[in-house]
Amino acid sequence: MIKIKDISKAFGDKTVLDGISAEFDKGKTNLIIGSSGTGKSVLLKCIVGLINPDEGRVFYDLRNFTEADKEIKSEIRREIGMLFQGGALFDSKNVEENVMFPLDVLTKMPLDEKRDRANLCLKRVGLENSNQKAVSEISGGMKKRVGIARAIVNNPNYLFCDEPNSGLDPQTSILIDELIHEITHELDITTIVVTHDMNSVIGIGENIIFLYKGHKLWEGNHTEITHSGVEELDDFVFANKVMSQMRKQ
Amino acid sequence: MSGFGKYMIFLGSLFVRRESFATYYKLVLEECIQIGINSALLFILVSTFIGAVTTVQTAFNMVSPLIPRFVISQVVREMTVLELAPTIMALIYAGKIGSSMAGGLGTMRITEQIDALEVMGINSSSYLVLPKIIASVLMYPLLVILAGVCALVGGYLVGTVAGILTPTEYVSGLRFSFNPTEISFALTKSFVFAFLIASISSFKGYFTKGGALEVGIATTEAVTTSVISILLADYLLANLLLR
Repeated sequence: MIKIKDISKAFGDKTVLDGISAEFDKGKTNLIIGSSGTGKSVLLKCIVGLINPDEGRVFYDLRNFTEADKEIKSEIRREIGMLFQGGALFDSKNVEENVMFPLDVLTKMPLDEKRDRANLCLKRVGLENSNQKAVSEISGGMKKRVGIARAIVNNPNYLFCDEPNSGLDPQTSILIDELIHEITHELDITTIVVTHDMNSVIGIGENIIFLYKGHKLWEGNHTEITHSGVEELDDFVFANKVMSQMRKQ
Repeated sequence: MSGFGKYMIFLGSLFVRRESFATYYKLVLEECIQIGINSALLFILVSTFIGAVTTVQTAFNMVSPLIPRFVISQVVREMTVLELAPTIMALIYAGKIGSSMAGGLGTMRITEQIDALEVMGINSSSYLVLPKIIASVLMYPLLVILAGVCALVGGYLVGTVAGILTPTEYVSGLRFSFNPTEISFALTKSFVFAFLIASISSFKGYFTKGGALEVGIATTEAVTTSVISILLADYLLANLLLR
């Protein structure tokens, strides 16, 4: 479980996050949603420690991450897997080497074992025949899947996904969403996904928090989101034509 | 001044939360190949031509029959050892290796590869930059020695083939009143320049913000700042070590 308490962050005069508190449960796909520029990615970066919040604290299973020293932070981070918006794969390595990378650096596993583990993860994301391909040779959807394989190779306790569907076609988006959802349940981990894709929200949102102009306006799940009674959330949810038509019916 | 302070903090960060020795060994080896082997041809080519041209131009300027011909190779030797091999080559090295380091790290920054390392609990600056600095400090002095030898060989070939001076005159000029301290001076300079180029270029690349345009700007800044720091360090070292 991840708990955030009163997280605030400003860049100069602009307040991006204002006193956000939430709990993200283990074994659930937790979503942070909101329009572009509402601070979703900044909140995610505050949670993983890539940005230091001005105020507030982040707890990983009751361990205070924000106030921990660098060694403790480093230990907690070794329990984290993260899928970045663009994949963030290392250009100098091929697909298999990218997936093996966390094991290379963080463990003393023998090479064969590392290779087996990497191939198992690649198979899990449906990329068993792409081991030797260069990162530049694979598509956007494949990069996301390699990113997921790399994120889970070290058996993380926490999985973070920043806009996993950005730049993907609707079918691939659904595949990526389902993959993240299945992995969360299979490994029984705490997953946080930042998205503004309504397909993801309806498809995998077991616990959703809605951000609006740096504030948390609503919290619930995918069955509750269409009748929240929050005007800003309704504007966000029904901005999609399909959703809008569903509402009229 | 804040930039200098940030640079010093950045240097300090290279030595905390390091990875295992085996990890660095492999990375340093890869960087040595990238920096050393892949730059050797350029260094050979440039230094050979500089040595050859220096010989021709020195001969052209020595019009007095009272000056013995071997002085030409003595001048070539002095120029090569003191400035051409360590300093002029450092400017070329900053252009080739410094820009590559800044561009590579800048691209890693904007594509979130550095963030990915940090999230994994790896000290990204130590993991990415320390091997570059170590490899640079190891390889650049070797490249300077190679450049020095090539410049002298270039001068010899042009001098003897063009009939400017005989092989005996050239070799005796190289040996005449030779001061071995100059070699240690050149090598000291090469260590300092290698450190400056690798650390400044990495610093500029590591803290790139924005997109492709900013990577280009960071690369240009890396080369410019490296070149200025080389010239300043050259002057300071000459004052310190040659008095």
